[in-house]
Amino acid sequence: MLAQQIVSGLAAGCLYALAALGLVLIYRTMDIVNFAHGEMAMVSTFVAHTLLARVGLPYVAAAVGALAFSALFGMLVERVFLRPIQNGPLISMMIMTLGLFMVFNGAAGWIWGFDPVSFPYAVRGRPVVVSGLIMTRDSLLVLGVTLVMALGLYLVLRLTLAGIAIRATSQNAGAARLMGVPVPRVYSLTWGISSVLGAVAGILIAPTTFLSPNMMAEVQIKAFTAAVLGGFSSLPGAVVGGLLLGVLENIVAGYISTQLKSTFAFALIVAVLCIRPSGILGTPPRRKV
Amino acid sequence: MLRLVDVDVYYGMVLALQQVSIEVPEGEIVALLGANGAGKTTTLRAISGVVRPRSGRIEFVGERIDGSAPERIVSMGIVQAPEGRQVFPELSVKENLLIGTYARRDRRAVPGDFDRVYAHFPVLREREGQAAGTLSGGEQQMLAIGRALMARPKVLLLDEPSLGLAPLVTRQIFDIIRALNAEGTTILLVEQNARLALGVSTRAYILEAGRIVLSGPSEGLLKSEEVRRSYLGTGA
Repeated sequence: MLAQQIVSGLAAGCLYALAALGLVLIYRTMDIVNFAHGEMAMVSTFVAHTLLARVGLPYVAAAVGALAFSALFGMLVERVFLRPIQNGPLISMMIMTLGLFMVFNGAAGWIWGFDPVSFPYAVRGRPVVVSGLIMTRDSLLVLGVTLVMALGLYLVLRLTLAGIAIRATSQNAGAARLMGVPVPRVYSLTWGISSVLGAVAGILIAPTTFLSPNMMAEVQIKAFTAAVLGGFSSLPGAVVGGLLLGVLENIVAGYISTQLKSTFAFALIVAVLCIRPSGILGTPPRRKV
Repeated sequence: MLRLVDVDVYYGMVLALQQVSIEVPEGEIVALLGANGAGKTTTLRAISGVVRPRSGRIEFVGERIDGSAPERIVSMGIVQAPEGRQVFPELSVKENLLIGTYARRDRRAVPGDFDRVYAHFPVLREREGQAAGTLSGGEQQMLAIGRALMARPKVLLLDEPSLGLAPLVTRQIFDIIRALNAEGTTILLVEQNARLALGVSTRAYILEAGRIVLSGPSEGLLKSEEVRRSYLGTGA
């Protein structure tokens, strides 16, 4: 029973991890929390649905199209709304993302309607049983996709010059500029990648939450919890935090009460912030030079 | 090669540089001296395009560069090893050096440049995989200079390379500065240690409160009564 709860929690945890990765990436690079992260993912998921249901594309083509859209969308949001105020106080950028949260939510409802619509699973078929543990094909796919995305992100940041430039910029943007790194373009790229990570989470979770402007509300909060749990400045921490949260809340739901699932996430944020503010893998904040 | 003509820089309402004119001829080492807050770092920031002059011109091989983006100025061949070293602490030594190549097109020449930098700074090869934040101060300064060299500078801007270093390490760094110059790199050197800077440079400018108050061949300045009194601390 416990093993099953853990396995079932992993798929949800993967989605939290994906969403949290996007949050942490932007936080590390620009020191701001993107409150509109979930809503941007929701917009991309609506685009996937439009490509699927209205245009009639096959699932994979619609997903790829929506991810391409999400990359451009992320870069556009940074360019249009954040770059003009990037030399101002950080708090104005945070409030900007909070405002965008509201705007995207309202705009999506206005364009696509507020009523929940069903969204297809990527794969169907009978659940798979491995040594007594049941897993739906969909959650296996979610696990695989998350693994590929997280590994891909790791490799890009480690091995490509653009990835190294992202890390350099996050450590000292001033020095990166002096070395010839086009910092505005690095920020743009960061938002593009972050937006894609969110969109993948959105598309994969839409079948369970149904598609609506509010579909990401809960995921967004869970992503925050995952990020806080892992240490807001650590990318591996976001993955660990997401998986841990997915598993823990599933255990709470299984053994205590399903209704306490979300309460548990909030309680966890409070507890982590009280006991270990830097999270599991985070480092205590250091002042940037 | 590099020329500043009547450059004024403001930080908000505050005048940081006033009518600064500096000439850095090809192949020379030019020193820029002055006390803390005199505007030395601001001068380098203006050259690198991080702050924009309110008026005046900055020219590089005859072309105006004031107003260009920092990455464009780097790719033209003006590169800085900034004050306080500012290596990327969580990147490895090798990754720090790679960042220096970011603005370059000729990626195939990069391995050769690694060899060149490692020849100047053998300790960096030994520590290639180590996080830059774990290096000693002297090693970080070597990395900061090596990182700038990876951009293949025609003019290298060095901001206080001796800051916080032991005398022996400082001497090592200055030997390398001489060697780089002998290889053909033009250098604009900002220093608080006037004696050291005048010893290595061909000419020097002295900044005081944002204005050039003295300039001339370094040898002459070393002997000048005024300089000895104010900057070398050995006056009458």
